[in-house]
Amino acid sequence: MIAPPKPELVTVNIDGREIAVPKGTNVIEAARLVGVDVPHYCYHPKLTVVGNCRMCLIEMGMPAVDPATKTPIIDPATGKQKINWIPRPQIGCGTNASPGLHIRTTSPLVKDCREGVMEFLLINHPLDCPICDQAGECKLQEQATGYGRGYSRFVEQKNVKPKRTLLGPRVMLDDERCVLCSRCIRFSKEIAHDDVLGFIDRGSHSTLTCYPGKKLENNYSLNTVDICPVGALTSTDFRFKMRVWFLKQTNSIDAESSVGANTVVWSREGAIYRITPRRNDDVNDTWMADTGRVLYKQVRADNRLAAVKVGGNDSGLDIAVNTAAELFKAGGVVVVGSGRSSVEEQFLTKKLAAALKASTHLVSRVGEGDKLLVSADRNPNVRGALVTGLIAALPAAGDVAAPSASAIRIGGLAALAADIDSGKVKTVVSIGEDLAEAGLTAAQLAKVAIVYLGTHANATSAAARVVFPTLTIFEKSGTFVNQQFRIQKFLKAVPGPTGLPDDLVVLAKLASAAGSSVPSEINALWKLIAAEIPALGTMTFANLPETGLLLDATPWSGLPFVEGETLHYKPAKAAQLVVGS
Amino acid sequence: MPAPAQRRLIFAHIDEPGYTNDLACYLRHGGYEVLKKAVTRKPEELIDEVKKSGLRGRGGAGFPCGVKWGLVDRKSGKPIYLIVNADESEPGTFKDRYIMHQDPHQLIEGTMISCFANNVKQAYIYIRGEMPHGARILEKAIAEARAANFVGPNILGTSYSCEIFVHRGAGAYICGEETGLIESLEGKRANPRIKPPYFPAVLGLYQCPTIVNNVETLCHVKYIAEHGGEAYTKIGTPGNTGTRIFCVSGHVQRPGYYEFEAGRITLGQLLNEVCGGPLPGRTFKAVIPGGSSAKIMRFGERYKGKRKVGAEMVDYDWGVEDVPMDFDSLAMIGTMGGSGGVIVMDDSVNMVEALANINAFYSHESCGQCTPCREGALWMKKITTRMVHGHARPEDAALLKSVADQIPGRTICAFGEACSWPTQSFIAKFGDEFKQYPEAKKTAKPADAPALI
Ligand SMILES: Cc1cc2nc3c(=O)[nH]c(=O)nc-3n(C[C@H](O)[C@H](O)[C@H](O)COP(=O)(O)O)c2cc1C
Ligand code: SF4
Ligand code: SF4
Ligand code: FES
Repeated sequence: MIAPPKPELVTVNIDGREIAVPKGTNVIEAARLVGVDVPHYCYHPKLTVVGNCRMCLIEMGMPAVDPATKTPIIDPATGKQKINWIPRPQIGCGTNASPGLHIRTTSPLVKDCREGVMEFLLINHPLDCPICDQAGECKLQEQATGYGRGYSRFVEQKNVKPKRTLLGPRVMLDDERCVLCSRCIRFSKEIAHDDVLGFIDRGSHSTLTCYPGKKLENNYSLNTVDICPVGALTSTDFRFKMRVWFLKQTNSIDAESSVGANTVVWSREGAIYRITPRRNDDVNDTWMADTGRVLYKQVRADNRLAAVKVGGNDSGLDIAVNTAAELFKAGGVVVVGSGRSSVEEQFLTKKLAAALKASTHLVSRVGEGDKLLVSADRNPNVRGALVTGLIAALPAAGDVAAPSASAIRIGGLAALAADIDSGKVKTVVSIGEDLAEAGLTAAQLAKVAIVYLGTHANATSAAARVVFPTLTIFEKSGTFVNQQFRIQKFLKAVPGPTGLPDDLVVLAKLASAAGSSVPSEINALWKLIAAEIPALGTMTFANLPETGLLLDATPWSGLPFVEGETLHYKPAKAAQLVVGS
Repeated sequence: MPAPAQRRLIFAHIDEPGYTNDLACYLRHGGYEVLKKAVTRKPEELIDEVKKSGLRGRGGAGFPCGVKWGLVDRKSGKPIYLIVNADESEPGTFKDRYIMHQDPHQLIEGTMISCFANNVKQAYIYIRGEMPHGARILEKAIAEARAANFVGPNILGTSYSCEIFVHRGAGAYICGEETGLIESLEGKRANPRIKPPYFPAVLGLYQCPTIVNNVETLCHVKYIAEHGGEAYTKIGTPGNTGTRIFCVSGHVQRPGYYEFEAGRITLGQLLNEVCGGPLPGRTFKAVIPGGSSAKIMRFGERYKGKRKVGAEMVDYDWGVEDVPMDFDSLAMIGTMGGSGGVIVMDDSVNMVEALANINAFYSHESCGQCTPCREGALWMKKITTRMVHGHARPEDAALLKSVADQIPGRTICAFGEACSWPTQSFIAKFGDEFKQYPEAKKTAKPADAPALI
């Protein structure tokens, strides 16, 4: 791992406690480090500082020096350097750490400031928490409780503003709840580079709106819902579905591309209600794409495979494994692995192929990168296939258009197609890949026996001799290696369809049918992985940090990866050369 | 003591019969001679003259102009901009518009001298949106000056070039706040910027060092360039050099604009002698000395304390009429000289109603960025409006004060002070009237009464 440059540290004093922080750290972040909460609305660590909500007001002081001699002035009462406190409160978000900075967050002035700002924010607020989706995760609620006076002195009419404005297909705005913090505006401008939001009118009548003729419909629009501190912006997908305090949070990874944005899956009683981004300053900051948030819908899709099948009929797991074993015995087996499988599954796939002495292929999935958090490689884990040794070279990009209108090219099976045509192949084991989608014709599928492991019905499952239903990423645990060669963990959020074994169990059974005995329990499996894969040598599944671990990528640095630049990722120069030449 | 005579430096030709706003007339009166001399001098010398003069900004805050110029980041390698603040929108203030309407070349000459002194290649005059006539006059005057080589490339045959553009404002009071103005000039909403880091002298227009000066301030610069900083300090009083233009409005016999040496006339002399005193049968009740945001003074109250005269501290004990009209004296008694707008109210005025009017203005003009100003200004307006519409409560005075106290010093720009000082001072000075108002206003207005605001 590469060590980041050491920042210059300065010592600041917050409520009497000294702490060394990197120079320039703002007071909100510095206070966080000593466990002091500086309430705020408009400040967001990943957006520019505008200082408009005034909730973060604090008292600030600097050590006194004699203007003439520049020597410290000592306070005779304490024997320490005197502190000159600025009489006006300052904003914490806009005050940066400098040597000797003193901060008070609990003084009567600060308390009064917070009470004042809270009161002002609430006077025109509709206070419709009982019917508001933000309830339970609303900064206005939390800080009103924490820092407000607790009663109202307002007897005037409240302002009236639009209550239901659809800003775009996925985002609904309630202007009366908006505290005008401008986070959503800054996000759209600064991060999504889609400048569509702004305020109209002035003063307390200021109203958030889209620019005339514009919509908030970019693929990052739902991040505004995440960062809106109140219930002004809500997701059309999630609103009115479930109270957040009922939801269980499970850490996961966005599987839509090799970026591997860190996510949280929110579920209750086996049903997923939403997916939100999880902060990882080295990968996705605090953002994710809208497309990654609807992936949970595949869990309860109508075409979900639920039963083991042999020859088109429902069957039992062991009968199916035996049928596969028969096919294996006949020889001529080829394994199609997947860049959407986890590291653990890819490791077992490799074991299976090795036992069968089968050649392996990987299906490639290449689209346009959006330069932010969806990369050109729409497989989340091609790097995992390299690290585990499932493949040694990158799969060839296909020229087959995806069946949908999306411009993802799926392929990499041209060699397999040729081998099938020439009669070399008898059986194809496909680990979650729809071979038809990847370019094989119906005739080619008919020519071989197919053992298919997959989540949803498709042309391959229909043609398969043996079908093992598998789990979606939300129903199992594992790891992916993203484009940075960062290995990251996702955890099981909801149980899979009744009676289905874990994918690792199915793979281990098939490997054992092929003559290789491997564990199927993830921690036990990791012992083997660590022993066999040098790059993962020191790891266990349990000790993998929440934000992942960067692997040494040098063995693969010359490969022509397809990704262009995205947030926190720049393609290696060598790779660019290969692509360009 | 009789009032001194007016000393018209800036308004020398305002309302002079036969004086027109074209270049020919200006040249006949010695126009652009100062610029001609200035461009032969070293720019630093001109800055020094301004520093020596003690000139204080006439836009409201009275910040020393030379100090402001001294803060400009000249090492960044970025261009330096100068913006003429011609947004004049503080209620009660009407001086800049007369300079622009009647003597635009005086402003252009002052601007060009200031640009030359600060190595500015591009100046903007940001004129209030509601003054289209002034904008047209300025456009015409700049065209004349450009044709005569006073503006534009190679001014007066030197290697120095500088352009001036007129930019019409966006029709909001907040566009007069310098960082709001800069945002507006950049084509955005006039939301004032946070300082730090956006001090105009370092990160102003297009993130470049920028000087923002009031129209009148730059006219004083022309005078200083002509007569020298030293000579300028002889006008007015120490610390308050030069002249001040007072825009007197309200209940006096002769409202209007008057130019006097700063600090050499008292408020009483100004109102009673110069402006002819109260209207027949009336008496003065209150006066706001520096634009509607300045704290109000109540006739009959006294100000006591010690003040510096020369090297000594001397006691003072003033009535409203005794207060010398300069920045420091007015600040000392708890109000401000501001923009020079003197608003006079006599005994016919009800203070609750007067405040309701002021609050309506400020709640309408808050840019709406920061919570205390945005919400506080409207809340105060709602309270005072309700009061004048017949639903006053005894507790409203205390509530108003408490709301106002939660605003100043806690906002992005000085609008926070501007919108809360009226309420704070009205309640402090006329609290009795606010407390009695529920009694005085027991009956609601008839349904057909015209709305007050
Ligand atoms: C709310 C607000 C409104 C202002 N409006 C004006 C204005 O209309 N004209 C003006 O010259 N200055 C105005 N100012 C002051 C400017 O911010 C700035 O201080 C001034 O233009 C500087 O010029 P000076 O130093 O020459 O006075 C305003 C300030 C505030 C806080
Ligand atoms: S909608 Fe939400 S994020 Fe946007 S300005 Fe309003 S409160 Fe802030
Ligand atoms: S103080 Fe008022 S006018 Fe100034 S930035 Fe804040 S909201 Fe806008
Ligand atoms: S967080 Fe809003 S002003 Fe600092």
